[in-house]
Amino acid sequence: MTIDTLRLTAERAHELLSAKELSGAELFAAYRAAIDERDPELHCYLQLCDDPGGAGIPIAIKDVIGTKGVRTTAGSKILESYVPVYDATVAARCKEHGLRLLGKTNTDEFAMGSSTENSAYGPTHNPWDPARVPGGSGGGSAAAVAAGLAPWALGSDTGGSIKQPSALCGNVGLRPTYGTVSRYGVVAFASSLDQVGPVAKTVRDCAFLYSVISGRDENDSTTVEVPAVERPTADDLKGVRIGVPRELNEAEGIEPGVRDAVHAAIEQAAALGAEIGECSLPRSVEYGLPCYYLVAPAEASSNLARYDGARYGLRTDGADFREMVMNTRHDGLGDEPKRRIMLGTYALSSGYYEAYYGTAQKVRTVIKREHDEAFERFDVLVSPTSPTVAFELGAKADNPLAMYLSDLLTIPSCMAGLPGLSIPCGLSEGLPVGLQLVGPQFAENTLFRVGHALELALGFDFVPERYRS
Amino acid sequence: MAGISRDEVLHVARLARLELTDDEVGKFQEQLSAILEAVSKVSELDLAGVPPTAHPLEIANAWAEDEPHECLPLDEVFANAPDRDGDYFRVPPA
Repeated sequence: MTIDTLRLTAERAHELLSAKELSGAELFAAYRAAIDERDPELHCYLQLCDDPGGAGIPIAIKDVIGTKGVRTTAGSKILESYVPVYDATVAARCKEHGLRLLGKTNTDEFAMGSSTENSAYGPTHNPWDPARVPGGSGGGSAAAVAAGLAPWALGSDTGGSIKQPSALCGNVGLRPTYGTVSRYGVVAFASSLDQVGPVAKTVRDCAFLYSVISGRDENDSTTVEVPAVERPTADDLKGVRIGVPRELNEAEGIEPGVRDAVHAAIEQAAALGAEIGECSLPRSVEYGLPCYYLVAPAEASSNLARYDGARYGLRTDGADFREMVMNTRHDGLGDEPKRRIMLGTYALSSGYYEAYYGTAQKVRTVIKREHDEAFERFDVLVSPTSPTVAFELGAKADNPLAMYLSDLLTIPSCMAGLPGLSIPCGLSEGLPVGLQLVGPQFAENTLFRVGHALELALGFDFVPERYRS
Repeated sequence: MAGISRDEVLHVARLARLELTDDEVGKFQEQLSAILEAVSKVSELDLAGVPPTAHPLEIANAWAEDEPHECLPLDEVFANAPDRDGDYFRVPPA
């Protein structure tokens, strides 16, 4: 049978495999053919697997997630030759379910970025328009799913690295509640924020993959038991209370086309029976980004101290140990990790700790409380995922602050450890617009229900226009 | 609070064990000053009596039995090492 990887969902692939209408080998070969055809232009993959084992659905995994025997670079030159000796728990769980690793996807170096342009191995291009970025840091995973080069993928999200690229590529992406998915074996960026999550074509696929990877892991002491995952079926939103936070929907920099698509989706939600109300997160939006850019770099400066040329990865020689370490880090780390290490080291240094890091941690409490208050009245909060559609490569490359603003709307809920789902809700200038749904901690099932009903009603075609025949 | 001097850039780079070229020092001084000015916004809020959040979940210590487990195979581990001396990582003298 002919396999259209651009349209095939993981759920449908699972049915075909179960009914033996298709073999795992045929399915894998179909994705490899699609990769051969389209990846030279898009550069989603850093590494392909030829014989990954398993007989089930193929999957792509972001290159910050350790895979036994398969090179894992985190998009950094400093890990150019690093081959993990063990699987990350999420990679092991995919294997246990028979999922077959297609390859490792491109990422901003150490997941630091919003465009995948910070990869030491060159940028990924957006399948909707290759002159534009796919978002980041998980641009490789998002672009691969959008271009039919994987049915689904794993990403990681610290301040928006799953949700924002999913929005820019027209996918469904879930950043799960902090503590629901193990980070064991994942290259650490900011440990109080990092979460692994699924990227897929549909909300049901997203829930399917979330059920595979989530749950307590004794190797990550921050993980907890997770409520049973429900694959959504309802096509209405009766009884669901949806809050529209003013500041997240009226923030400066939101493009008119993005605002219009999100408005239309909110009207659609009302038509499906949801109760819609306005609310406010005044300090979360205004102070979320500054808070994040103190907390995340501070934690990164500590996590990235391990790249010292001693035990694995790149080494550049020096006269003594200290010089070797300094030379190695100079040669092996790119500009964005260096910037964040410096910023974090400064924020944690003697004399500045209270003013920067200490203050940011208190602001984090304020952000968490504001969200708690909103969830007393609402089940879900909606907004655009990204203020803009995909921007052109190079547009923000020389201005780190402008790049940071790409995550203005995704960061507040990340700071509070809340789950967020991005679903495509329309096009603006021919490019996908993402709708962000945020719920209270452990409310993934609610997000899936709302996302699924909206997905059915909105009827967004996730195949990029240039690939449609 | 905002703004960072050239000397501070060099001091922070030393703390972070980063060798920087002259060009990098100048570039990071400019960029970090702009970023620090933006993030200093957190000091505007009245945070009296607000406790810090280090972690978004309210979980306490997770305990595990102190039982020996099998270690990773040393030859596989050392395959990633830049330099090896028996069962040790070899590095330049301190």
